[in-house]
Amino acid sequence: MEPAIEVRDLVVERGRRRVLHSLSCSIPRGSVTGLLGPSGSGKTTLMRAIVGVQVVKSGTVTVLGMLAGSAPLRGMIGYLTQAPSVYADLTVRENARYFASLYKDVTSADADAAVADVGLADAAGQLVGDLSGGQRARASLACALVARPTVLILDEPTVGQDPVLRDDLWRRFRAMAAQGTTVLVSSHVMDEASRCDRLLLIREGRLIADDAPDAILAGTGTADLEAAFLHLIRAEQVVS
Amino acid sequence: MNLRILGATTARILRQLRHDRRTVALLVVVPVLLLALIYYMFEDVPGIFDHIGLVMLGVFPFTIMFLITSIAMLRERTTGTLERLLTTPMGKLDLLFAYGLAFGVAAAVQASIASSVAYWLLGLDTRGGVGLVILIAIANAVLGVALGLLCSAFSRTEFQAVQFMPIVVVPQILLCGLFVPRGQMAGWLEAISNVLPMTYAVEALQEVGTRASATGTLWRDLAIIIGCVIVTLTLAAATLRRRTA
Repeated sequence: MEPAIEVRDLVVERGRRRVLHSLSCSIPRGSVTGLLGPSGSGKTTLMRAIVGVQVVKSGTVTVLGMLAGSAPLRGMIGYLTQAPSVYADLTVRENARYFASLYKDVTSADADAAVADVGLADAAGQLVGDLSGGQRARASLACALVARPTVLILDEPTVGQDPVLRDDLWRRFRAMAAQGTTVLVSSHVMDEASRCDRLLLIREGRLIADDAPDAILAGTGTADLEAAFLHLIRAEQVVS
Repeated sequence: MNLRILGATTARILRQLRHDRRTVALLVVVPVLLLALIYYMFEDVPGIFDHIGLVMLGVFPFTIMFLITSIAMLRERTTGTLERLLTTPMGKLDLLFAYGLAFGVAAAVQASIASSVAYWLLGLDTRGGVGLVILIAIANAVLGVALGLLCSAFSRTEFQAVQFMPIVVVPQILLCGLFVPRGQMAGWLEAISNVLPMTYAVEALQEVGTRASATGTLWRDLAIIIGCVIVTLTLAAATLRRRTA
């Protein structure tokens, strides 16, 4: 089957700095793919290129067979930015319902369900500006889930969430993937990596691994992903 | 453009405004207070309030909506909601027109209250009707919104956005014919005045002040203001990039 997302030789420059160096990868449909790497490694830039809001220097990104950012894709893709991007002067419910109204055939009931899905049913009537950082991030997540997108791009969705909620969110991502949604999740916490079907390890704008978690462990002969990451970085340094 | 998205976005902007009670109070109260101030300044000079007060009914909505819009749009940019909106099916014009509509509605409320106070409490006297004054005030407010949307593209912080006010608004107030009749200005000043849209709003208001019914000049002036709104919104759409560095 054709992959959900196909990135080919992607080069992105911001200012004079090259952020992504001819990066290529493909992300299978109906899977949860983890995008891991330290802060500043290019995770957000790659995600922005996939949702079509990043100026790219060269290379191509296709999503569901269409060029990233093309108009028909915008109804099928959900994007959670790293910093919560919701209206602080609206309530959680009003935010979710507003984002729901931008899509065809998505109702306020869907919006309320998305709010409940991220565990904010009790805070639905509160202004987002009055919420804690973790709650605000979840309000933002609800707005990304509201239209039940085919492709879901989540930039650090679990940062600052309590462990029970984090577990709950991950179960939800897995359930969505089981129903055919393609989920790309970035994180800089390695302990979440084992919950992904596939991992993309990125460092300084280059992909250093693209495989299933078990295969990465087996390939590097390490016991945990943190060690595997270190192993891969050292191996790369030896080569260069 | 998509009517569903346009309507939803207009409602969202008005809802945000409704949650911000202080801003609503300022929108309504500030023009009224300033009108009262002008009234008492010229209490002993007959006829002056009919001139300046009338012009101010067009100047206030322009200035206030310009300021509010440039900050609101800047917030959309800095909080990431703009980037998110641009990944949804929303078109750029949906967003820009929604701002124009929402703040146009707010301006209608503001202009109605300010005009009511001016006419019935402060005794403003014009030969033409109050309805025309409100219409011109709304057109001028929407012009302020359009310019605010455009200028917010050139500022990165709220500090910078506020700096556009003296650049965009003050020259228009100085050269609109309020302080010096346009005919008495130096030629080059009048030429500048000719290309500033506020000039036409003020001229239209002065028509209402001196003529009992709407004149051709008034409708021409309104058409010019609306033309400026459309040009400005088109430019604003051009500065709104889906892809950014």
